[in-house]
Amino acid sequence: MRIVPFLISAVVTAGLVYALNKKLGPAPPLGKFLSPQHGFWQNADPSDMDYNADLKLNGLKDDAEVYIDDRLVPHVFVKNETDAYFVQGYLHAKFRLWQMEFQTHAAAGRISEILGENPKVLNFDREQRRLGMVYAAEKSLQVVEADPDSKTINDAYTAGVNAWIDELKESELPLEYKLLDYEPEHWTNLKTALFLKYMSKDLAGSENDFEYTNAKSIFSAEDFEKLYPLAADSLDPIIPKGTPFTDTAVALKIPATADSLYFAKKDTVKIKETKPDPDNGSNNWAVSGKKTRSGYPILCNDPHLALNLPSLWFEMQLSTPTYNAYGATFPGAPAVIIGFNDSCSFGFTNSGRDVRDYYEITFRDSTRMEYKFNNEWKKTNWRVETIKVKGKPDYIDSVAYIPEFGPVMYDRSFTDNNRTDSKHYYACRWKAHDPSNEIEIFIGLDRAKNYTDYAEAIKNLHTPGQNCVFACKNGDIALWCQGEFPAKWKDQGKFVMPGTDSSYLWQSMIPQYQNPHQHNPARNFVSSANQVPVDITNYPYYLGGSYPLYRGISINRRLSAMDSGTVTVDEMKKLQTDNYNVFAEYTRPLLLKYIDATNLNDEERKYLDQLRNWNLRNDINETGPTIFNLWYDTLQVKTYGDELNKTSLPLHWPEASTLSEALAKDPSYKFIDNINTPQKETATDIITAAFKAAVPVMKDAEANNKLTWAAFKDTHVSHLTKQMAFSREHLPIGGGNHIINATKADHGPSWRMIVEMTPETNAWGVYPGGQNGNPGSKYYDMFIDKWAEGEYYPLWLMKTSEKNDNRVKWVMKLSKG
Amino acid sequence: MKFYISIILTALLSFAFGMYMPWWSIALAAFIIAVVIPQTPGKSFITGFIALFLLWGILAFYIDVQNEHILSQRVAELIIKSKSSFVMILLTALIGALVGGFAALSGSYLRKTGK
Repeated sequence: MRIVPFLISAVVTAGLVYALNKKLGPAPPLGKFLSPQHGFWQNADPSDMDYNADLKLNGLKDDAEVYIDDRLVPHVFVKNETDAYFVQGYLHAKFRLWQMEFQTHAAAGRISEILGENPKVLNFDREQRRLGMVYAAEKSLQVVEADPDSKTINDAYTAGVNAWIDELKESELPLEYKLLDYEPEHWTNLKTALFLKYMSKDLAGSENDFEYTNAKSIFSAEDFEKLYPLAADSLDPIIPKGTPFTDTAVALKIPATADSLYFAKKDTVKIKETKPDPDNGSNNWAVSGKKTRSGYPILCNDPHLALNLPSLWFEMQLSTPTYNAYGATFPGAPAVIIGFNDSCSFGFTNSGRDVRDYYEITFRDSTRMEYKFNNEWKKTNWRVETIKVKGKPDYIDSVAYIPEFGPVMYDRSFTDNNRTDSKHYYACRWKAHDPSNEIEIFIGLDRAKNYTDYAEAIKNLHTPGQNCVFACKNGDIALWCQGEFPAKWKDQGKFVMPGTDSSYLWQSMIPQYQNPHQHNPARNFVSSANQVPVDITNYPYYLGGSYPLYRGISINRRLSAMDSGTVTVDEMKKLQTDNYNVFAEYTRPLLLKYIDATNLNDEERKYLDQLRNWNLRNDINETGPTIFNLWYDTLQVKTYGDELNKTSLPLHWPEASTLSEALAKDPSYKFIDNINTPQKETATDIITAAFKAAVPVMKDAEANNKLTWAAFKDTHVSHLTKQMAFSREHLPIGGGNHIINATKADHGPSWRMIVEMTPETNAWGVYPGGQNGNPGSKYYDMFIDKWAEGEYYPLWLMKTSEKNDNRVKWVMKLSKG
Repeated sequence: MKFYISIILTALLSFAFGMYMPWWSIALAAFIIAVVIPQTPGKSFITGFIALFLLWGILAFYIDVQNEHILSQRVAELIIKSKSSFVMILLTALIGALVGGFAALSGSYLRKTGK
């Protein structure tokens, strides 16, 4: 029987092929993945990769040319503006397709579809759905599609992305698809809307309503104010103090029941929310020509966001008959986002205003079919979310929607992560749910020729609110704290609000012209660093939100000190990468003043001396910042831990500035005392104890060569999947929290840009990543070392006459198909 | 002689199939050559094994040199927790070789069954 060995070997072969073609646990399908003609080897780009191309593309209206320079920045030249967005979509997809899809899948709560069954991932997907991310994107899309200009732009962009997807061969799939074993789907205008909502969640999806509600129930109003003060003494707002508000404010009616049902209500919430990084923020400023050596304005911007690979940003130039713009673009959306054109430059910092409030809903019964509103039972709306799970049946999540507010995000069905609270239902009123068309702000800025165009363009920005900085070759500088913000009565939405009564609804929006702004101010510069926009005693609306203090102080102090006619691009580079720690400047003297140094041993004294002699700069090799941070962090725990850890309820940890400001005002600050001991601790007791407690950590860090700041902080730029093999670790870079160079461990300046508005634009920039999103390309992480060193690349706004310039390395000729 | 010709033909056919078909077409190629060129089952296995070991090994090595080892080191760190390009190339060659070997073995047995 000769057939038996054949059958056996055939079965073995088939089994082998089957096993090697299938994803086993976290490992990719090995045969498919290792095949040199199909798998990951095909993503290993030759170091002398040729990007020249001659392509026919269906959807282009006319011929187009792309000049690619030695940093792989495409300079796109088109004969009509619409084609620019088509080519932009095509190039975004060519270099960044996987991240574009992954980020929009994340926005839409579709990660289980890629990663399969995992309770954490499902919880993430449900959270996105229940927050109404897709709902918000769909509403946004309706506005986009109703506007002919926006629709043309979005359609062209989508068609460009799909032109790339349609010609993709299996071997050309981005590496991550091969690793996770799935394939891209077509791009849609909804995905672009989802990407913008992804940014909205990152930048305007954070408040402390639940934590503050708990704190209100636990602490007296007076103590609450001591833990979470609305205003800081050292604040230097975006619009300088003393600037009067001259308009008539919208009249707001405080609910009649506010005292009893809101302020005095002692309710608690067990929900522990997942939040975006609290330091999502940025620096921006523009210096007028009166201060600069060239006589023309200089604009600077560096948005602080999670440091990821592939980077959030992609540099490119769009040269169209209507405008010629260069800058950082978002793979996933059309237009140049932070950049400049032949006349103006523009940039953003986050406003951090509170635009998300929670309302407690009373349902008639557990079916949640009817809810109580103004003493009536009204019908609930429903949205059924179908979450696909790879290899498993779909997960169906039915989310109740209250027309007056929005989705009932938290209820008894959404219980993971400590969220279980079977008695309470919280609906989320989020500004990002309101229809708006954010892409038009960027299109408007790309097209802008002057201040009027800029002021008109930014009106399209509703959420996330941004401090929009502007400079123009004609000499204008300006900054608008722009967004569509709810006009709130004092402390409205700071706590969970009753959801049974229309008097707690947002009553109206702040009229756009009443947003704080400055145009050519007397001090000859405008700046913002996420601090409170105005002197709150001067502004008639409640702002809410949390605001960092110190970067703003640093920037304004340095800019004010620069004499007229002296400011140069080089000086701006130094300022943007500056490591001076103003927070430590305010706080170190307090620590040194109160510590009882007589009781220290030699080792403790050694670290104290290092702190005392520190130059207050968070530079790479300083030990001072490490000692300072360890000491201050321990001090905060010793100060607030006894009160805040008494309950298991989620509470908001006071801002770093709060304790420092309190100590400066009054060393007998109430929270200094440890309530768990019979005696009353003094500032000296607690500051000394904190130091002694932190010294073993310093010793340990020193033993591991990690006492110097960069080693201790350990900055890394991680791949979006957090796979360290595709990340860059242990980067030698200083800076940190509260510092202009806001580089933390995994978060910081994600794009640094400086633009001098001289007749021949003089622009510089760098981001911690590289143009090609493929980990197999040498362009993947090309800029990271230069970024860490605080250096910049010249940004080349190429002219039509420069097509033969030797900076052009490759040319892609695109013709209509 | 048959032995060497089989190796060369298996490698060439696998490469040609790979340009138009999924990765597992190497099994098809090794199988076909083993059916067409008669050898003992043992020799066929070695033929398929060596052919694919060489084809996948050389292709991977060539790509890796062009790429200056950037990706092989990253993937090696991910899969085998070491930054060795060599081990990645070896692993690639071995996986191809195994499939090639067993497919050729099946081809050889089929030929014998037909007799």
